[in-house]
Amino acid sequence: MIAFSQTDNQSLIELQGVTKVYGTGQAAMHALRGIDLNIDEGEFVAVMGPSGSGKSTCMNILGCLDTPTAGAYKFKGIEVGKLTRNQRTRLRRFYLGFVFQGYNLLNRTSALENVELPLIYRGVPAGVRRARALQALKTVGLKGWESHTPGELSGGQEQRVAIARAIVTEPAVLFADEPTGNLDTARSREIMDLLTGLNCDRGITIVMVTHEPDMATYAKRIVRFLDGLVEKDERNGRAT
Amino acid sequence: MLWNTILLALREIKRNVMRSVLTILGIVIGVGAVITMVTIGGGATVQVREQIASMGSNLLMVSPGKRLGPGQSSNTVLFKLNDGEAILRDVSSIAAVAPVSSQSIKAVFGNQNWSTQVTGSDNQYLKVTNRSIRTGRQFSDSELRAGAAVCIVGETVLKKLFGGQESLGGNIRLEKLSCQVIGILEAKGQNTMGMDQDDIVVIPLRTYQRRISGNQDVALIQVSVQEGASTDKAQRDIRLLMRERRHLSPSDDDNFNVMDMKEIAKMLTGTTQLLTALLSAVAAVSLLVGGIGIMNIMLVSVTERTREIGIRLAIGALESEVLMQFLVEAVVLSSFGGLIGIVLALTSSVWLANMLRVPFVFNTGIVVIAFLFSAAVGVIFGYFPALKAARLDPIEALRYE
Repeated sequence: MIAFSQTDNQSLIELQGVTKVYGTGQAAMHALRGIDLNIDEGEFVAVMGPSGSGKSTCMNILGCLDTPTAGAYKFKGIEVGKLTRNQRTRLRRFYLGFVFQGYNLLNRTSALENVELPLIYRGVPAGVRRARALQALKTVGLKGWESHTPGELSGGQEQRVAIARAIVTEPAVLFADEPTGNLDTARSREIMDLLTGLNCDRGITIVMVTHEPDMATYAKRIVRFLDGLVEKDERNGRAT
Repeated sequence: MLWNTILLALREIKRNVMRSVLTILGIVIGVGAVITMVTIGGGATVQVREQIASMGSNLLMVSPGKRLGPGQSSNTVLFKLNDGEAILRDVSSIAAVAPVSSQSIKAVFGNQNWSTQVTGSDNQYLKVTNRSIRTGRQFSDSELRAGAAVCIVGETVLKKLFGGQESLGGNIRLEKLSCQVIGILEAKGQNTMGMDQDDIVVIPLRTYQRRISGNQDVALIQVSVQEGASTDKAQRDIRLLMRERRHLSPSDDDNFNVMDMKEIAKMLTGTTQLLTALLSAVAAVSLLVGGIGIMNIMLVSVTERTREIGIRLAIGALESEVLMQFLVEAVVLSSFGGLIGIVLALTSSVWLANMLRVPFVFNTGIVVIAFLFSAAVGVIFGYFPALKAARLDPIEALRYE
């Protein structure tokens, strides 16, 4: 496994001068131009910015789905850029939870089976797996909807299944990409309350990308991206 | 984990029943064809063997001349009756010896005539060739000794001359000889060479020699070896005996030939087996085509499920796990095809065996091989699509529409 070298004064997530370049030469596209960002355990961070500002690229790197071109990303003190693809997969499997943009549930698969999926890859035995998945669905208020497939659920319910799938593993960090993107205001508030609850009660660190300032107010900290750089980093409404 | 993967694969197959069925059709047909060919071929081989056995098991043919068939040299020394007697007396483990001379003669009854094979021999001939009398009786000793004008006829002769009616006691004319029918042979049908074994008239050898050939020669000596005894040894012993009787010096070649029916049997079954192998090879090609069909569908499936693969990879599925998932799916699919093919093949070969009148011989080996082969087809043709799935970039895959 991966040996962690985290010390007490280290942040859970550390980005140091991270850049990301797609393509080479003339056609090179600089998505990130040097990001420095620390996120501590238990934080609830909202990432904002116009499209093309680099926030999605940054999320992919934070989520260990991608590696930086230059600079260092340390997760729990581990330099992610130096890990192999399989090592990064293991990191995601055991420490990270994802709520993808547009839900991304498995079609024609029941809510329960969708939620069980990450546990299957963790090798959790069937009985325990089922119990934990049921519990996670209950947490997101979908008790009684376990056997429904995504096609039979409303958008809000689908999003809650996606959240249940992300939290069923009790991850260290939850990455949510526009979790309220396709929902009306009432549903959005439900989802945000749910995330806030998970952050406060379970101490899960949450990094959330959003376009809506209303939703960003639920977070304890707002990071604004512009042209591949961190434009603003505010805590509780106060700039740092 | 593997069990989970298999369950997952089954679930995926169940979701696309129609497509799955079409995918495995090639495998079903391939496996079905191979097993059917081998089973029917096996049945045909058994049938050939049985027919040869029915011609007289452990049969040896002692013929004059260096080689059997055309091209016998003119100075061939023919056998006499006492050659056969000597074989019976001096060679151990001989069951029966039948001296045989025969030629094609036109048989006449009333206004019917029919060209048939007239064979001069004795009652041992029936024993050696494994034949029995359906109606009537064998030759009596006095008839054999005296060369009486009596005959035993086969089914075909009966049909051609008497219109199939029972005709014991009737007289048929063979050239200048008029002889009384005393027995009718049990029908035996065609032999493996396609010759009608029922187109025959048997008369006592002495009668044949006196009234038809006009000499004391015996054209052929048929010998049957005792059950369980070695035909090779008998063959060797007869050869040595005949060399001695013919006063051949060690430097002389044999001027006669002792042939084993097993040699003929081997040759004939060999032909059947070769044909079976050829047909099976052709059938195996369709298995290959079936495999390509599976690859095609698996590739489509990978493209169709790009998002799903992206989710799995992002959530924590290792490359090897995604690879395994798709590989298992392909193997489960093709094995399924194999199983259906086996059932189909067994049904159709029972039916075909019935139609072609060959025995149905269940061949466990080919069923197992065909099944394993179909699974292997899944592994081979599923590997490339599975690899393609496993190598996907999760970010790209998640974005895929």
